[in-house]
Amino acid sequence: MASVALIPLLPLASAILLLLSAGKMPRHITAILGAGSVGLSAVCVALLARAFLADGDIVQVTLWTWMAVGDFTPRIAFYIDGLTIVMMSVITGVGFLIHLYSIEFMWDDESICRYFAYMNLFVAAMLLLVMADNLLLLYLGWEGVGLCSYLLVGFWYRDPNNGKAARKAFVVTRVGDTAMILGLLLLFTELGTLDIQPLMAAANSQWQIGDTLPILATALLLGGAVGKSAQLPLHTWLPDAMAGPTPVSALIHAATMVTAGVYLIARTYELFLLAPPTQLAVAWIGLATLLLAAFAAVAQNDIKRILAYSTISQIGYMFLALGVGAYASGIFHLVTHAFFKALLFLAAGAVIHCLHHEHNIFRMGGLRTRLPVVFWSFLIGSAALAALPFSSGFYSKDAILLSAWELPGIGHWLWAGGLLGALLTGIYSFRLVFVVFFGEAHSEPDRQPGWKMSVPLVLLCILALSGGMLVLPLAQVFPAAAPHGASHIIEYIAIGTPLLGLLLAYMIFLGHQLPADKLVSSASARGMRNFFQAGWRVDQLYDALLVRPFTALSHWWRDEPVDRIYNGVVTLSQWAHHKLTASQTGELRWYATTMVFGLVLLLAIVLRNAT
Amino acid sequence: MGGLQIPMEHVLVLAGLLFSCGLLGLMLRRNIIFMLMSLEVMLNASALAFVAAGARWGQADGQIIFLLILSVAAAEVAVGLGLVLQIQRRFKTLDMDQARRLRG
Repeated sequence: MASVALIPLLPLASAILLLLSAGKMPRHITAILGAGSVGLSAVCVALLARAFLADGDIVQVTLWTWMAVGDFTPRIAFYIDGLTIVMMSVITGVGFLIHLYSIEFMWDDESICRYFAYMNLFVAAMLLLVMADNLLLLYLGWEGVGLCSYLLVGFWYRDPNNGKAARKAFVVTRVGDTAMILGLLLLFTELGTLDIQPLMAAANSQWQIGDTLPILATALLLGGAVGKSAQLPLHTWLPDAMAGPTPVSALIHAATMVTAGVYLIARTYELFLLAPPTQLAVAWIGLATLLLAAFAAVAQNDIKRILAYSTISQIGYMFLALGVGAYASGIFHLVTHAFFKALLFLAAGAVIHCLHHEHNIFRMGGLRTRLPVVFWSFLIGSAALAALPFSSGFYSKDAILLSAWELPGIGHWLWAGGLLGALLTGIYSFRLVFVVFFGEAHSEPDRQPGWKMSVPLVLLCILALSGGMLVLPLAQVFPAAAPHGASHIIEYIAIGTPLLGLLLAYMIFLGHQLPADKLVSSASARGMRNFFQAGWRVDQLYDALLVRPFTALSHWWRDEPVDRIYNGVVTLSQWAHHKLTASQTGELRWYATTMVFGLVLLLAIVLRNAT
Repeated sequence: MGGLQIPMEHVLVLAGLLFSCGLLGLMLRRNIIFMLMSLEVMLNASALAFVAAGARWGQADGQIIFLLILSVAAAEVAVGLGLVLQIQRRFKTLDMDQARRLRG
């Protein structure tokens, strides 16, 4: 099928065209090209998905052999099964809506051409990542999205802080990427192939459950996933990555790129099944991250940072699902999260857009009547984020919590942790809604979102509400999950917890029934609040442990310590020169005398040795 | 060989004394002319030792070496006096402690 190749090629071609035009293309052609290419590839994906859903055949397309080095012949080839279809639909579908929204959001920006070029390049790289049939091609897409993330976080490069945030995002994910490439090398040397399906078959036949090699390989792959998906301990880049334009945050840092790690683990899940310790580590990392990020989100004031921490937290849920073996639930949450988090980011972008780039939620307030479309979008998005009943997030998060509950052994602990996270999610998402849209107004919007912003918001609202009804074609991809046998009490608790969070948020931030101000004003509470607001001071920790020693080392190294040895030789010979020139008196008698004494001395030595 | 024989040791002691006189003169005198003269004394002292040794063993080599030293001394005086003239012109003195422009 040639149209399969078109799917990543259309955005790529558009990106190249836009880059080559060097910003000289008229604004409206740029917009049509940028959004249209992604829209066309979304249509191609829809056609492909319809054919796939009708017959369920896995599509494999080989374009050409990338390179041939002995036995190593990675191909530019696509492997499209249910998981790929799901990911492609999210990338092109949500991606198109975000591109459409971007036209209005970025219309006044002088670099709109550069913006759409990077965005299209990102979509192409992300499609390559999910469609690749071998891990090397996947890695190409993986690095491509990393590059685009760097370019777009630092899009407004005139502010040095944005450049710093972009570098941080790039360097921190690079740590994970290095682990990942080592994992790929290990897999290739041990199993002799990087094509995903043969690789899984070879792993299953050569390795036993619990062997060292699969544990090592999956741990390295997990390193890559942790970096890309902003999980503990490599999560610090994501809150800073909010320096980019808001649609970028919606597309890259909420809906697609940050879920690449989840996709990678789901794609290679058979390897993880061979390595129970790594599998367990995935669950614990997910739980730790979701709790840490949820606590941090409660204390933030910047609207985008709240959403960033909530993204980290929700991806933590996905990791939890992968860790307990509920792969389909994890991917389901990925999809619903892409809907409601893209919705929330776009709505937040609309707020920021209409309020002269205001980010602090306490300087907003009362926007419910002034920006009604945005308000309803935000409300629906928050409901889905908090997993209120009948929203999309409810179905996916509920499935994850149930799967965690049913894991023998530590399952109940994971469930309890996830539940605490759900409570916090309820609190922080509705804190956002109540503070921004209710109460008294602190600033006045100077414009209303136009249709290019409203239409994506409305469509995403529908998706965020009804996304839970979707039946993803994942049955062929993952092993069938055991039917849920948990008692209804567990279900009721899971339903009630977010509602409790909503109630708490209402009482603290709107009804003022709870004297939160008094609580916060005490010294220890303020200290804790600052601690959470600084993201558990992980940044400071890394700064003290890694960054400052490194810069100190490089400063020391800049002074060329090795050169000191050679400089020492120079100094020594200069010193000797000064000392020895003193002997050159120019006095003839002095020379004669010293010659005589030297001669006498030599004679004495010779005679002494002769006897 | 008849006649009065001078023992070689005496000659060598004389040569040593002469050589020491020359050496002392070289080290102690400041005038370049006296230094050159001291050098002549030292050369002749060593030539005397050669002559004595040649006589003692009946070899012609000692006298050959003496002739050689004589010509070296003549050449040295020729060059040395030329230098002395130049030094006198340039420094207006023959005191070698004054002429030490080669000091490092």
